[in-house]
Amino acid sequence: MVKVVKTRVEFEGRFRDEYTVVEGEPLEGWSPKSGLKIVGRPHPRVDGAAKVTGSAKYTHDVYLPGMVYGKFLRSPYAHAKITHIDASEAEGLPGVLGVYTYKNAATLGFGGAEKVFKQEVTYQGDVVALVLAQDESVAEDALELIRVEYEPLRPLVDPEEIMGLDSSKDRIVGPKLYERGDLEKGFAEADVIVEESFKTQAALHNCMETHGSVAHWEGDNLVVHTSTQSVFNVRSALSEELGIPQSKIRVVSEFMGGGFGSKFGAGEYTVVAAAAARLLGRPVRIVLDRVEENLATGNRSQTVQWVKIGAKRDGRITAIHLKGLVNVGEDGWVADLGGPAKMMYHCPNVKVELYGVKTNLVSSTAFRAPGYVEGDFALESAVDELARRLNMDPLELRLLNYATRDPVTNSEYSSKALREAYLKGAELIGWRSEPRVVRDGAKIRAKGVAGAIWWGGGGPPAYAEVKVNADGGVTVLTATQDIGTGTRTALAQIAAEELGLPFSSVRVVLGDTITELRSPGSGGSQTLASMGPAVRAAAHDAKNQLLEIASQVYDVAKERLTIREGSIFRSDGSVLCSVGELLGNLGDFSVTGRGAREPNQEGYMVNTFAAQFAEVEVDTETGTLRVLRLVSVHDSGMVVNPLTFTSQVEGGVIMGMGYALWEGRLVDGESGVVINPNLNDYLVARCSDVGEITPTYVEPEDPHTNSLGVKGIGEPPIIGVAPAIANALREAIGVRLRELPFTPERVYSAIKGINPRPTTAKYL
Amino acid sequence: MLVNPRRITLRVNGLNHMVTVEPRESLLDVLRKQLGLTGAKKGCDMGSCGACTVMVDGKSRLSCLTLAVSVEGMDIVTVEGLSRGELDPLQEAFVRNDALQCGFCTPGQVMSAKFLLDIIPKPSVEEVKYYMSGNICRCGAYPKIIRAVLDAAGEVKRNG
Repeated sequence: MVKVVKTRVEFEGRFRDEYTVVEGEPLEGWSPKSGLKIVGRPHPRVDGAAKVTGSAKYTHDVYLPGMVYGKFLRSPYAHAKITHIDASEAEGLPGVLGVYTYKNAATLGFGGAEKVFKQEVTYQGDVVALVLAQDESVAEDALELIRVEYEPLRPLVDPEEIMGLDSSKDRIVGPKLYERGDLEKGFAEADVIVEESFKTQAALHNCMETHGSVAHWEGDNLVVHTSTQSVFNVRSALSEELGIPQSKIRVVSEFMGGGFGSKFGAGEYTVVAAAAARLLGRPVRIVLDRVEENLATGNRSQTVQWVKIGAKRDGRITAIHLKGLVNVGEDGWVADLGGPAKMMYHCPNVKVELYGVKTNLVSSTAFRAPGYVEGDFALESAVDELARRLNMDPLELRLLNYATRDPVTNSEYSSKALREAYLKGAELIGWRSEPRVVRDGAKIRAKGVAGAIWWGGGGPPAYAEVKVNADGGVTVLTATQDIGTGTRTALAQIAAEELGLPFSSVRVVLGDTITELRSPGSGGSQTLASMGPAVRAAAHDAKNQLLEIASQVYDVAKERLTIREGSIFRSDGSVLCSVGELLGNLGDFSVTGRGAREPNQEGYMVNTFAAQFAEVEVDTETGTLRVLRLVSVHDSGMVVNPLTFTSQVEGGVIMGMGYALWEGRLVDGESGVVINPNLNDYLVARCSDVGEITPTYVEPEDPHTNSLGVKGIGEPPIIGVAPAIANALREAIGVRLRELPFTPERVYSAIKGINPRPTTAKYL
Repeated sequence: MLVNPRRITLRVNGLNHMVTVEPRESLLDVLRKQLGLTGAKKGCDMGSCGACTVMVDGKSRLSCLTLAVSVEGMDIVTVEGLSRGELDPLQEAFVRNDALQCGFCTPGQVMSAKFLLDIIPKPSVEEVKYYMSGNICRCGAYPKIIRAVLDAAGEVKRNG
């Protein structure tokens, strides 16, 4: 029976209603106590061999016969007007098939072309022209032959400066307000009030595979290979821009080299490649280079935050006020810095006011737990200062103000084991058993803690099919993505577990809209919690059909049959037949099970949690800061694959460490030009930077989130890393650093009580 | 259309290939575009990330900074050349230890690790960190890359 159900679905803290079509009865929920044999055990990735041999094909690896290369000419200015542009010499270069600027953009044949190619460029890296050429080097040569004269205009890149300008009010978005209780009353009741201000820098995703697409047409059907987190988002954008039905577009992203939030949309490179391919009747490839990647694909927003927290003498928090400025670039979105302030603690009086500020930088975009990484740094640093003022252990203060219901909606949590995570982490780092600070000559080691909260319950619409073939092989059909998180492997485990067939017999198809099995984008830590239950339901349906067929073929009651390890067993434990035999005897019939993600249960708040402890070592003579140990304990529901789970945690922690210590887009405050748009000058963590990381989890039973009892793990590990390090650093040197990243110069200056030398370069 | 084309022989994974290249073309581009060997990746094209690492005459090289014409006659090994039918023990160790996530940097990581184990068969943790620091993994698989290389060092020894 097909049923249509309306259900509430969350994505990164924003809620919407979705309709979903479900078939069959709800399945009994899995939990760590269900006695599962394949789920919950470590399994190396099913696509590991493809990745270590180089046979995995990424978008970058797609080279089609007769393929044309597209390259963008981008603005060297943060703000300028093009007064003259002459592409004739470039057009005349042999091998050049077309040059497009704002003058002839309309002839590319898609709706938004005039918004891509502009006469007034508003950030460094904005598109000025496109060259299409037979070869990549010819395209590059042609770019140099385009003559452009610019009239530079004054760029505005610093939100604090803009807030003070009367002439720039139209650049301010908001305020975005949240309020509960009575803030004034809350502060009036407080015995102690801390007021702190913080700054966080813009961070660049730097996925190893830069953004790019290869588009070609087969008749009037468009096929696009693209490095994306959402094949369906890309398809709907292409449909809209090109004015063709979605059913005529196939978007493929079988392997993709990292997204971290930056690859949710089609991007102008995809739309332009598709339009150009239609125009030329040839495949067109547009792949950004590393500098373009860093100038033109977005970033985590730079923020300025003011936090005020009031508490009673016994430590109970009475009021939290967060005010924040978010640098959204040209036209980005205001990430919710207020998430942790609203959700982390049991506090009756809370106010959050956020202002977006538009600047002459590329539009900001989602980046692994957008807003919460920035907001948690401010909140958890301020809470640490509050603990000092109260003369309390910072861990005790967090446990004292622990929220047992969601403070925003007053709903119950589907599950919450953050307290257990704190206690487990404390044990592992030696919070109580070892000294908090140790001095060793010029070096000081110290420990700090921070908590983290995020989303990741997933939801519909998410569909899957599971085919069991006559040779006993299983094909899981989906159109989700594996962006490096191990989705393929986890889905294979789930299908094998539910079917009773060997893990090695399962193949997972994903990253291709041709299956028409709708799935959410791979972000918001929701892929497993959305897709996993859909795959389980499909496997369950396939299993039912297999048992029904066996029952009829062998004339045994279906209730007396089970499937284990590839064979169908009678209730007395004897083997009836193998699945392969059963289907082989039916003319190689292949069973197709269908499954949908069940609706979300009403009335529960689904959140993920983490307790993160850092031990740092500061060299007081150089200001160098090293993270010796990081213990990251997670509540993400049941863990499907402990091996890939710990990989997610380690990766998130390392990215968080880079954010805390080195990463940051440096912008010249006068010209608005980015100083470090490459991987030599923009510093991401390398192998030698990594200390000891302890990724682990507490596993609450969660019967309210989905039929697997799982929650996401992609984003939680990055959130509390910077504040845990900040708090450890404060413990070590006795001075609070309030601006990220904690470069050696900043740490040294803080220790010596001097100001870093002034330059025009700013972390914006 | 080619500027100053040269016809050269490149010895890649034990086979001689005739290619016509411009003197300015990188080994990486020739491997990927002309030979269809797309294992080595273009992460930055400026020698910062290590995703393009291959071996030339037994030494690890950044193929994006190597002109194809400059390695004529030399012995080039790409990640595709490590395994013939079955995985190299080093590749097996990467899979077993989950020393990869999105996998885009993995061919480069594997080649750097191969070079390390060729010159230091039993490296210390510090040596592994040092030799593997030319290869960026934005997913942050480093802890498991270190483990995989150490594991493979044991594996190599077991296999004699």
